[in-house]
Order: sequence, then C-alpha cells, then structure tokens
Amino acid sequence: MPDFEPVLLRRIAKPDSTSLASYQADGGYQALRKAVTTMTPEQVIDVVKTSGLRGRGGAGFPTGVKWTFLPKGHPGPIYFCVNADESEPCTFNNRILMEQDPHQVLEGILLSCYAVRAWTAYFYIRYEYGKAFRAIENAIRELYANNLLGKGILGTGFNLDVFVHRGAGAYICGEETGLIESLEGKRAWPRIKPPFPAVEGAFRKPTIVNNIETVACVTHIVNRGADWFKSMGVPPDPKNPRDAGSYGPKLYCISGHVNKPGCVELPLGISVRELVDKHGGGVWKGRKAKGCIPGGISMGLMTEVEFDTPLDFNGPGKVGCLGLGTAAVTVFDEQTSIVDVLYNICRFFEHESCGQCTPCREGTGWMRKIVERIRNGQGRFEDLEILGEVGNNIGIMPGTTICGLADGAGWPVKQAVKKFRPELEAYIRSGQKSRQPLPLAAVH
Amino acid sequence: MSVLTPELRQKIEAYFPRYPSKQAVALPALHLVHDTLRCVPLEAVREIAEMLEISPAELNDTMSFYGFFKDEQHRLGKTRLWVCRSLACQLRGSDELLGHLCEKLHVQPGQTTQDGNITLEFAECIGACEGAPSVLVNDEAMMDVSNEKADKLIEELRR
Ligand SMILES: Cc1cc2nc3c(=O)[nH]c(=O)nc-3n(C[C@H](O)[C@H](O)[C@H](O)COP(=O)(O)O)c2cc1C
Ligand code: SF4
Ligand code: FES
Repeated sequence: MPDFEPVLLRRIAKPDSTSLASYQADGGYQALRKAVTTMTPEQVIDVVKTSGLRGRGGAGFPTGVKWTFLPKGHPGPIYFCVNADESEPCTFNNRILMEQDPHQVLEGILLSCYAVRAWTAYFYIRYEYGKAFRAIENAIRELYANNLLGKGILGTGFNLDVFVHRGAGAYICGEETGLIESLEGKRAWPRIKPPFPAVEGAFRKPTIVNNIETVACVTHIVNRGADWFKSMGVPPDPKNPRDAGSYGPKLYCISGHVNKPGCVELPLGISVRELVDKHGGGVWKGRKAKGCIPGGISMGLMTEVEFDTPLDFNGPGKVGCLGLGTAAVTVFDEQTSIVDVLYNICRFFEHESCGQCTPCREGTGWMRKIVERIRNGQGRFEDLEILGEVGNNIGIMPGTTICGLADGAGWPVKQAVKKFRPELEAYIRSGQKSRQPLPLAAVH
Repeated sequence: MSVLTPELRQKIEAYFPRYPSKQAVALPALHLVHDTLRCVPLEAVREIAEMLEISPAELNDTMSFYGFFKDEQHRLGKTRLWVCRSLACQLRGSDELLGHLCEKLHVQPGQTTQDGNITLEFAECIGACEGAPSVLVNDEAMMDVSNEKADKLIEELRR
C-alpha cells in the first residue's frame, strides 16, 4: 500500500494553521463557494449520502441518511448542533482538529447547515477544551468580519449564525439528546427516542447533531466528490446485511503503553496490530501487549491475539466488541493487571452515569464495587458471574435504559469476564491486593 | 445587596439573543459567575434565575447536576488543577502523580491549599491522552507531566 496522504490532518503541522488567511491560501472555503453558488441543498445532501460517510462520533450512522430524516419543507427554524463534547476516554482527535485547523471544521459546519437549511448552529464544546474553544471563537470572529458568517454569506441568500456553548464537565453531554437538554439549560438527562432529534430536538425543533470529524469530512466530500471518498476504506461486508461499508479517511488515536502515542489519519480498516506497530512505535519497554481497548473504553476489550482485527465499522464486532466507537486504541502491556484496567473503566462509568435509569445508576455502582472488592483481595468466584450478568442486562440493547452509556459500561465488563477469565480467577484465588490505595476525594 | 454586578448582568444579558429561550443561558451565566467569584453563591443562583425567568430551584437543579460548579462553602482557589485519572493516564502513572501532588500541596482531591492558590481535583479523561499523564490547568492541558514538571508548575502557580 502506498503511503497515505492525510486529508484531515494535512494542515496540522503548518505555522499559522489556525488563521483564515492561511486556510484560504490552501484553498479553504472553495467548497463552500462551490456549494452555495452552484449546488442546491439537496445536491449537497445527495453527494454526502452517495459518499457513504458515516458519523465519526461513535454510533456510525450514515450522515446523509440522517439529514434526510428532517421533515420535508419545514418552515424552520432547524438547528444544527456540533458535538464537540469529545469525552470518551482515550479519544482526542476532535481536539486536534479544532486546535490546529478550526476553519476546516467551520467550513464543514457551514456546508452542513446549508445542506439541512439550518440558520443557527450551536457549537457544544466541553469546558476542558479551553485552547480549542479560543481557536474556534477566533475563527468565528474572522468569518463574521469576512462575510462568511451572518447574513448573505458570499453575497447569496444563505444566512448562518454559529454560537459556541461551553459544557461543564459531564460525559453524558456527548450523547446527542443529553447535549440538547444541556444546551437548553437543563440537567443533561438523555431523552427517550423516538422522537429522534431530526424530528424534535433542540427547543422542540428539528435538529441535526454531528461530530467534529464528521463535519470536517463533509468539506472534502463537497470538494473532491463522493467517488474520491469511496476510493478509501472497506466496502460493505456481504456476510453482514446491516453493514453499510466503511469509507473515507479516519483519525485513529493511539495511547497507553506504546512508544509513540498520537493521532494518525489512515483509510478506514487498518488493523490494531499495524496501528500499534507501525504508527504507535510498538509496545513500550520492549514488552508485549496484553490487550487494548479498541475504540474508547465503551467498546469492550481486545486480547493481543485479536490485534489483527480491522478497525472499520464492521470489524470490532467480529471479536465481540460493541463497534468501532471513536477508533481510539489504548494498549496495555503484559505486566498490567486486567483488574486495574477494569477498575478504572468501572469507576468512570459509575461517575458519569446520569442517574436517570435505575439499571444504569445502580448497575454501574455494583460493577465498580465488585471489581473494587476483587482488587482488594476479597473477590469471590461468584463475583465473575454477577459481573457478567449485570453487564449483560444494562443498556438500550437489552432494553433497560434510555441511552447507550449503559451498554458501553457493561460491554468491557462482560468482555473482561469472558476474555480474561483465567487471569481474573487466578487473581481471586491468590487473594492478592493491588498496589497502593488511591488518594480519596475529600469533597465531591 | 446584589451579588451580580451590573457588569456581570450585562454580560449575561448579551447571551439572550443567541437562544430562543432564556433558560438556555443557564450554563453561560453560571460560567460567567463561577469564573469571576470562584463559586456560585446561593444568592447568585436566585438572581440569575430571576434573569432567566425560571425558579431558583430549576437553576439549582441544573447547576448541581454538573459537579463542576462550586458553592460558597467550596470556593475555588486561584488556579484549578485537575489531574486526569482515566485509563490512558493511569497506565502511565497518573495515580502516582496525583499522590505526589496531594503530598506536596497537603490536600486531598477536591480541597484548596491553605494559601488559597490551588484547588486540586481529579478529572476524567481530558482528551490529552497522547501526553499521558496529563493535567488541566484551569482549562488548558499540560502533557507528559512528570513529578518534576508538576513541581515546577506548582512553583509558578504559587508566585
Ligand atoms: C454516552 C454517550 C456519549 C457520547 N459522546 C459523544 C461525544 O463525546 N462526541 C460525539 O460526537 N458523539 C458522542 N456520542 C454519540 C452521539 O450520541 C451522536 O451519535 C453523535 O454525536 C452523532 O454525530 P455523528 O453522526 O456525526 O457521529 C455519545 C453517545 C453516547 C451514548
Ligand atoms: S443509561 Fe445511564 S447515562 Fe443513559 S440516561 Fe440512563 S442513567 Fe443516564
Ligand atoms: S486518559 Fe488522561 S487525558 Fe485521556
């Protein structure tokens, strides 16, 4: 395979990459000009639909298809929400795009809003991304000053305002209806669907929610066409009638026990092994990997033996993982205790469950307590059965909760019990205790 | 006397045209007050709620959902220092880093140093995992934080 030339990250290392002038010097806002002067909104939706672009935020829903769920001929307002909450542990690709190339993101937002006929976009960004927030705010200011936002954009009838809205440190605000509730000034309790946001979303109006990387792809699809996008990636799996294919470039995050943690752009479908060895510099300290989380911690766990699995929308499912997720791979080496990994994951979900559904609120707490007990050397063999059972019974898939946080909380637990059972049993049998206790929170 | 200065009120009002409902200004308003006063006193909750035309209980409901905002009893120090404790950071030593900082600052996570300079907290993934272990200084990440680098940062923050 010839070395891949990055598209989304092509301007990252450039000096002054955040300014409008430098973005335009690299051909920036040509896609927008092309769309608003020569294409109808329907044509933009069509090219995105034909490209096969699937959402990069975790669920992988086809973007163009989602856009067609808006009610036809709606008088407006239609809202566009940009999901920049990026809080899935071990994921940081959205941050890099916003910090280093904010105009690429904003051009994608302008195009998406043109396509879905939204005249207000809310840019929901997690509070922790202060640097990205300031880069985006500056870029928006430049756009207003240059007739690229506001009324009559580029002398056409296209109007758009983009408002940045900062979150307040809650993972659940990344779930699209949690985001909408949070935007409305309420606690971020996800809504029961249907109605889906495209029908009734922010302020009870039709709303489209898309991820930062998704909108960044839209720019290039309008520029270079659907065929170009489809020339990369993996076609639909004939054995899986529900697989819509995995096309285009993808930003992969690599972290944990590797020599060169970072974010790389590659065509969808690279294997974990190639990602780790070739792009992550291999496992650190000359050790071997024990396993990894393949797409954020919500997607489950992979053992080293499963590292040849391709990271496309369909691949991780073949080894029982929930999906591609955010394509963030975190490797842990052979000396890491799976109990510590699991404890960290369980603690996260207990902390971040919004508390609305009893199975999720209680289940995430039980799982953390049981894993903590095992970790403290007081585990029992039955605990593994209980963990598997709780993990299996919380989530939208078993039908017991409102949002997917609970599926993501249960998945790594039941997979650990299945894939790392001998180690867990040996740990329980030995009665060993994990290293030092963590500093306790005084107030929380 | 009003907790919200005319200046703060003006800044809050400037957000109204952005949204079709006043309640949507809840988070922006809370952030403005929290940044300025280093906490959101109950009186401020009442005053903001009045501006947003919702009941103080409703605003309090929103505010308390986000563990982010501090009440008067837990006013923040000058700098809020978060240590990420999520997976990528834990695998590269965040437990040790947090322990080191607790000892150095004589606080537990959630507490503020005696001189009112630094509030130490733990965070869930702050999206800076390529530089694990990482910390957040107010709202900007610092990466590859060794104990020595942390010590230097503390020195600067104390100045
Ligand atoms: C618990 C939970 C957290 C989520 N967090 C994020 C997030 O931080 N960023 C994101 O883009 N999508 C997140 N999602 C997915 C969104 O609900 C939604 O599918 C996505 O923003 C749609 O955009 P896309 O189609 O462009 O991917 C999350 C979903 C769940 C269930
Ligand atoms: S599944 Fe969990 S996070 Fe999602 S709505 Fe229910 S309680 Fe909240
Ligand atoms: S796990 Fe610490 S920054 Fe992501």
